[in-house]
Amino acid sequence: MNFAQILRTSWSAIATHRLRSALTIIGIFIGIAAVSLTIGLGQGAQRMISDEITSLGSNLLIVTPGSSTSTSGVRGGMGSATTLTIDDATALTSSTVAPDISGVAPIMSSSQTLTTSSTNWTSTAYGTTASWLPVRSRTVQAGRFFTDADVTNCATVVVLGPTTAQELYGQANMAVGQSLTMGTAQYTVIGVLTSAGSSSLGDEDDIVVMPYSTMSQRISGGVTRLSMIYISATSQASLTAAYQEATAALLTRHGVSSSSADFSITSLQSVLDVASSITGTLTLALAALAGISLVVGGIGVMNIMLVSVTERIREIGLRKALGATPGVIRLQFLIEAAILAVIGGILGIGLGYLAGWLISQAISITVTISWSACLLALGVSALVGIVAGVYPASRAAKMAPIDALRSE
Amino acid sequence: MARVDATPTVMPTSSGQQAPVVELQTIWKTYGLGRKNDSVRVDALRGVSLSVGQGEYTAIVGPSGSGKSTLMHIIGCLDTPTSGTYLINGEDASDLSEQDLAEIRNIRIGFVFQQFNLLASLNAWRNVELPLSYAGVPASKRRTRAMEALEKVGLTDRASHKPGEMSGGQQQRVAVARALVNNPSLILADEPTGNLDSVSTKDMLNLFGSLSAEGRTIILITHDSDVAATAHRVVQVRDGMITSDTVNQPDGGMSFEVPLSSSVGRERRSGGNQDPGGDAVPGGVRSAGAEVRP
Repeated sequence: MNFAQILRTSWSAIATHRLRSALTIIGIFIGIAAVSLTIGLGQGAQRMISDEITSLGSNLLIVTPGSSTSTSGVRGGMGSATTLTIDDATALTSSTVAPDISGVAPIMSSSQTLTTSSTNWTSTAYGTTASWLPVRSRTVQAGRFFTDADVTNCATVVVLGPTTAQELYGQANMAVGQSLTMGTAQYTVIGVLTSAGSSSLGDEDDIVVMPYSTMSQRISGGVTRLSMIYISATSQASLTAAYQEATAALLTRHGVSSSSADFSITSLQSVLDVASSITGTLTLALAALAGISLVVGGIGVMNIMLVSVTERIREIGLRKALGATPGVIRLQFLIEAAILAVIGGILGIGLGYLAGWLISQAISITVTISWSACLLALGVSALVGIVAGVYPASRAAKMAPIDALRSE
Repeated sequence: MARVDATPTVMPTSSGQQAPVVELQTIWKTYGLGRKNDSVRVDALRGVSLSVGQGEYTAIVGPSGSGKSTLMHIIGCLDTPTSGTYLINGEDASDLSEQDLAEIRNIRIGFVFQQFNLLASLNAWRNVELPLSYAGVPASKRRTRAMEALEKVGLTDRASHKPGEMSGGQQQRVAVARALVNNPSLILADEPTGNLDSVSTKDMLNLFGSLSAEGRTIILITHDSDVAATAHRVVQVRDGMITSDTVNQPDGGMSFEVPLSSSVGRERRSGGNQDPGGDAVPGGVRSAGAEVRP
């Protein structure tokens, strides 16, 4: 008896018991829907993270002042030290000291109230150099970014984030050329940044960027205190080299050993790796919970198959009397279980997909249901069906034809 | 999957004669073995020996509880004896695996049951082709052969009807077609007329008669002596033993008893008029009376 025929036999058995088959399928269907939805949520989260890595620049390193480790065991607050200077940043731009570093952007930051003739808005002001734009992989949508000359001249110019521009002037492209007051000085808006959304570094759209020299002179009273230095490596592959070069250069400049370093360098990648591994673990835990419902569905399949074997005991006997080998009978019931499970699996993927779409419409969470996840879910459901079918099928196969024929 | 040849094979014996289709040698069947309580042990068969030759039309008769059904199950390879030897076409069935037994049931034996035992979800020709599909016959040939078998039982026009749409007599004809479809060396009918009215019973017995005239080997199990009278040979079973073994003359004349002592392990050799080792495919019409020699 060939496979196609066993398949047809199994299918007709399913088709004759519609209600029972449907109920069995529902068990698997819910399980698979739960699994595929949780995996979809997890993959969505992973994708959001990887998108963020790309948007932030995957080759970004962040130097912050203040040691995160201390030999005496006393931990100073991160960033509390004032050890990073503009000279440190300048030193890192040297291609002999740090050949794997392509850009350096020192950052001073301060919360500022911006005032125009009609309104005011509180935002974070960053004092930096012209290389901030390429280092942070940002672009301007209107006007221009400030130049090295602006930095040298302590020009009173600012570049606004799109949110800030909108809050102050109603429309982003209206901002260029306008003036605003920040602290005691007046500034000219020369450009508006393109939106970057918010990231693990905070809201990237509600910011004011200006030459660090101007900020030092006009806002912090001549003091240049860096809150961080952004470093971009020449490529993602040279991230480790750039990290080592920056560490060595700063240790030398500060005259300290690595165990008492007064700064720390973080790679965004490593921050996001941690976030990614947390979401991964959460997804796994959720999927395991969803897997339990799949097990329950599998038990449902086994249950119904056992009933089916008992109910069709005469048919089994007859088939054996007509020459069906135990193997053929076993395969018939196994395939029947697998068909039920696979139908449940396909419908479950459909429901998972639908639920994922609804969730992503309702709240801004990306749900990614990939083909590989679908195939996996389908494979799992077929496996569940087969595992659940093994016992009933072997019971049917072992049945003595005479006992089967005799039963009424 | 290894298969025995699809045509019924008849093993030549060492003497050059064909082995009997069925040969039972002191078969015992005891139920209740392996139980703790020995009092539930029942000897269903107590040393039955029987030989059925090629082309014979034999009725096994006995009241219920006589062991005739057990005997039929053992002959049909649906059950195995507790002791004794069963040779089918000269091959020892007691040695065979479940797989081989399935093959024998498929190719060498065609079953007809009292309850018809057709699959309700399949139409007539789909029911008839079942043994063919278990034998691995390709789909293209199955339908043709199923239709041929249905033609033989006169049901060509009912080929697409499901069992529920047919009378009992028609259903049993479908069952006979199913039994014939693989050209088995033995047709084993268990109370085939038990659920039929008198008209259908007569039809069915005529059908068996013509199949026998074609040279088919038929064993019919019944409790009805009128049904048994249509067979050429009647074996009476009572209390697990054969109590008589009679050959009916085909012309309705006298019948005579076969000495029971001589029915052990031997010479009810039919086919004495056939070429030794010759083709035993049913269909070669032979005179029914010549099949059984006293």
